[in-house]
Amino acid sequence: MRIALLATCIGEAMFPRAPRATVELLERLGHEVVYPQGQACCGQMHVNTGYFTEALPVIRNHVEAFEPVLDGAWDAVVVPSGSCTGSIRHQQAMVASRLGDEALATRAARVADRTYELSELLVDVLGTVDVGAYFPHRVTLHPTCHSLRMIRVGDRPQRLLRAVEDLELVDLPSAETCCGFGGTFSLKNAPTSTAMLEDKVAAIRSTGAEVVTAGDYSCLMHIGGGLSREGAGVTTMHLAEILASTRETPAAVGGAW
Amino acid sequence: MSVDLGMPGVWAPKGAAQTSGHGAHPADPLRWGPTFPEAAAEALGDRQLRRNLARATSTIRGKRAAVVGEVTDWEELRDAGRAIKTRVMAELPELLLQLEEQVTARGGTVHWARDAAEANRIVADLVKATGETEVVKVKSMATQEIGLNEALAEEGIEAVETDLAELIVQLAGDMPSHILVPAIHRSRAEIREIFLARMDDVPRELSDAPAELAEAARLHLRRTFLRAKVAISGANFAVAETGTLAVVESEGNGRMCLTLPETLITVMGIEKLVPTWRDLEVFLQLLPRSSTGERMNPYTSMWTGVTKGDGPQAFHLVLLDNGRTRALADDVGRAALHCIRCSACLNVCPVYERVGGHAYGSVYPGPIGAILTPQLTGAAGHGDPGSSLPYASTLCGACYDVCPVKIDIPALLVDLRARQVDGDRRRILPGAWDVAMRGASWAMSSAKRFAPAARSARLGRLLARDGKIRSVPFPGSLWTRSRDLPAPPEETFRDWWSRTRGDGDEA
Amino acid sequence: MRRRRNKATTDARTEVLDRIRAALAGPDGVAVGGTGEDPATTVGRPSAADAVVRHYRSTGVHEPGSPALIEMLTDRLADYRAVVHEVADASELPAALRRVLAGVRTAVVPPWLDSAWVTAAAGAGVAVRTDAPTVPLSTEALESVEVVLTGARVAIAETGTIVLDAGPDQGRRIITLLPDRHVCIVRAGQVVQTVPEAIAVLGRSPARPQTWISGPSATSDIELTRVEGVHGPRRLDVVLLRS
Ligand code: SF4
Repeated sequence: MRIALLATCIGEAMFPRAPRATVELLERLGHEVVYPQGQACCGQMHVNTGYFTEALPVIRNHVEAFEPVLDGAWDAVVVPSGSCTGSIRHQQAMVASRLGDEALATRAARVADRTYELSELLVDVLGTVDVGAYFPHRVTLHPTCHSLRMIRVGDRPQRLLRAVEDLELVDLPSAETCCGFGGTFSLKNAPTSTAMLEDKVAAIRSTGAEVVTAGDYSCLMHIGGGLSREGAGVTTMHLAEILASTRETPAAVGGAW
Repeated sequence: MSVDLGMPGVWAPKGAAQTSGHGAHPADPLRWGPTFPEAAAEALGDRQLRRNLARATSTIRGKRAAVVGEVTDWEELRDAGRAIKTRVMAELPELLLQLEEQVTARGGTVHWARDAAEANRIVADLVKATGETEVVKVKSMATQEIGLNEALAEEGIEAVETDLAELIVQLAGDMPSHILVPAIHRSRAEIREIFLARMDDVPRELSDAPAELAEAARLHLRRTFLRAKVAISGANFAVAETGTLAVVESEGNGRMCLTLPETLITVMGIEKLVPTWRDLEVFLQLLPRSSTGERMNPYTSMWTGVTKGDGPQAFHLVLLDNGRTRALADDVGRAALHCIRCSACLNVCPVYERVGGHAYGSVYPGPIGAILTPQLTGAAGHGDPGSSLPYASTLCGACYDVCPVKIDIPALLVDLRARQVDGDRRRILPGAWDVAMRGASWAMSSAKRFAPAARSARLGRLLARDGKIRSVPFPGSLWTRSRDLPAPPEETFRDWWSRTRGDGDEA
Repeated sequence: MRRRRNKATTDARTEVLDRIRAALAGPDGVAVGGTGEDPATTVGRPSAADAVVRHYRSTGVHEPGSPALIEMLTDRLADYRAVVHEVADASELPAALRRVLAGVRTAVVPPWLDSAWVTAAAGAGVAVRTDAPTVPLSTEALESVEVVLTGARVAIAETGTIVLDAGPDQGRRIITLLPDRHVCIVRAGQVVQTVPEAIAVLGRSPARPQTWISGPSATSDIELTRVEGVHGPRRLDVVLLRS
């Protein structure tokens, strides 16, 4: 398959490891990955903070960059982020329509129909659960709110992780509870956000895992920020990084991020 | 052990900053205290409060999940609940008239109130007409919302709350912090202290065992129930088709109030209707499992007008607007009016669990409160504490998942945020967020601008030690005060791609 | 344009109804109301129809009164800490009532409780008084009675609920409220599986005052710890008559 990658703004600037791992993983599975050069951001931060007008050009740019998927240039769009996928599916068309651009809303909805979060793409579209990865570490999964409740990936990440050779997956207590990030919530309500983070970090530490993984680097940036501040010695890694890890080129573990 | 409850007489609502400069009973039950972030920050410092809330909400979350899990058609019930409420809103005038006709035909009297003051006036006059100076009350959000007890007190009428939690709150001079369990912020030790200090008939050796505390309340209220001539209640549902009112409860205090007195006055928001008798089969399944986490609550009472020889022989129904028609005119408000006040969204909310109900500065706290409160009051603009409420959420979506009538709370919160931002566009001087968001929009709407911007993050590496940044200036300090930031990478993804795969995207 | 009327000269009823109608109409007076859909998720998509779709179960899989339902009801009631006594048929009821009422001195019954049951209660040495809407007992008298003995209108197995609708074998609401113990006789044929089935039964006379009872009175207001027995009867005995 030819798969177009949305690196996401945070993956682009702060965590290129996640989109890189996505590329390496999909290429290893025999697919062709394309990076549409016009891309920037899906607009989620603006939408969730209430800046619909400011979100509109961001959304338009995204739709223009990924619209070739509708003409068959690529078979699908992959996003290594549950919340960006959620925004593309549930917010882009809504905002465009709200601001009176029905044409853009329709285009956005059609692109969204061809857009998949990574674990969805692997399990549902490519039909793989065992991607041939090797990762000899004790791992716990933070399922992330938007993956769970906005796009409903269910147990796809767990199924992928369980198939990884030598990986020990341990349950995270209160896994489904938010880590407290919430985009600009982490700044506008910093003390509340931190109180939630403290509980999430304590839950992660209680598992004795070396690595906490998630399908979203924004949550991992937050969780890693707490783990690092506490000197917890737990590493955050995106699901793609674990799935990209093989016996030949095993992923390194260490540091908070 | 003794618990500090503050000064007798002016006991402060625990767990929030709203008492700084405010009495325990705010003039407006929908609008008190500072902004949410300020109140929350103070509440977070109260370790006892956080323990009480964590224990209580996790207990009830577990119970709810268990009893909802055993219902095979839960999603179908939710869909029906939502559809029925949708119909109620669309046909509200006809349904209210039908209800009025039915209640009147069965010997009841229907009153209409435009706002809190008018509702309070009606109730006070009805009580005065009986010559009584004491009334018993069933827990009701509508009467909380209009501040009925305080209004009656000004007329020399004492309203006695008979729900255990409501009684605790009333005795402590507190405000409720939860829709269903108003004293959820109080521990058993605190409740024991409140009873000892405020109830004249409790044994000195009272322990803090919940059974003993409940028994003390039972004995304390018994005589009051038996002598009461007037009761005031809310209603969970009113059936337009039959004129039937329903109150869902646990303790039996509701039955006492609805059965023993001669006069019953029910104050009900105009949105609490269901069109048909049959619709009750949906809500009587959705509500108990969502609210107390029981298959069914111990008692549900239903009555239709007046029944000769059985129960109150005078029945008054007060239909309350108080901002509901304002909410109805608005997409967000109309969706929020579907709420059946089960409180499931509070119990699952990670923000509510940390800060408690008082931080919301309204008798309607939690996720739905963050929508309903500004909708009922018409809050807008930065001067109103209610305007910070739509931001009191991470949009984690747990509330939407549990809501029995499927109110998409996160989507509504986002909508309210957008209105606030748009409302501020008229400001001459844009705020810091406006500037930041406009800048980000410019940078993120074109790869040509975004690529260099992303690359410039690399500069942050100068601040990093051992791969992390521990401190940056404001506003980044809001983050780094409690959390580290990762050192930005040396190479953006785009640069890695062109280095390893070339520039072409073949698109 | 709707003209603003003087508040003082408009009564509240008219004004509230006017406000509702205005709220349901768009700015040009065209009705826009009706969907109540959450705007942020549905704008740009076709809105849902108004029709209430009832895809939920309106009946259970078990026949009313079937052994599976009796077992389910018993199980649910026990969960609420109600005491359940099963009786095989009517001939065994008097003996069972004597056991249940052992040690009880006073009881109240509604006007038309099965006379065999009343006789059985009296046979157990209980002083039985009758309360009727036309000849009611005083509140004080009811307050001092130990037990109330009634029938029921319908019982719901899935939720462990017994519903009284003030029928002649159930009586005024007050009689099942003030005594500290309620003994309720339920016949197997009255036990349905689901809430909708019970609503259908009750819908034949919806205007009667109803009390839905699911276990003894209880509170969870203190740290969400369940405590049985607050203002309503602190003990609930259900005598299940299997045939
Ligand atoms: S919004 Fe939904 S979950 Fe929250 S109280 Fe209302 S009905 Fe319950």
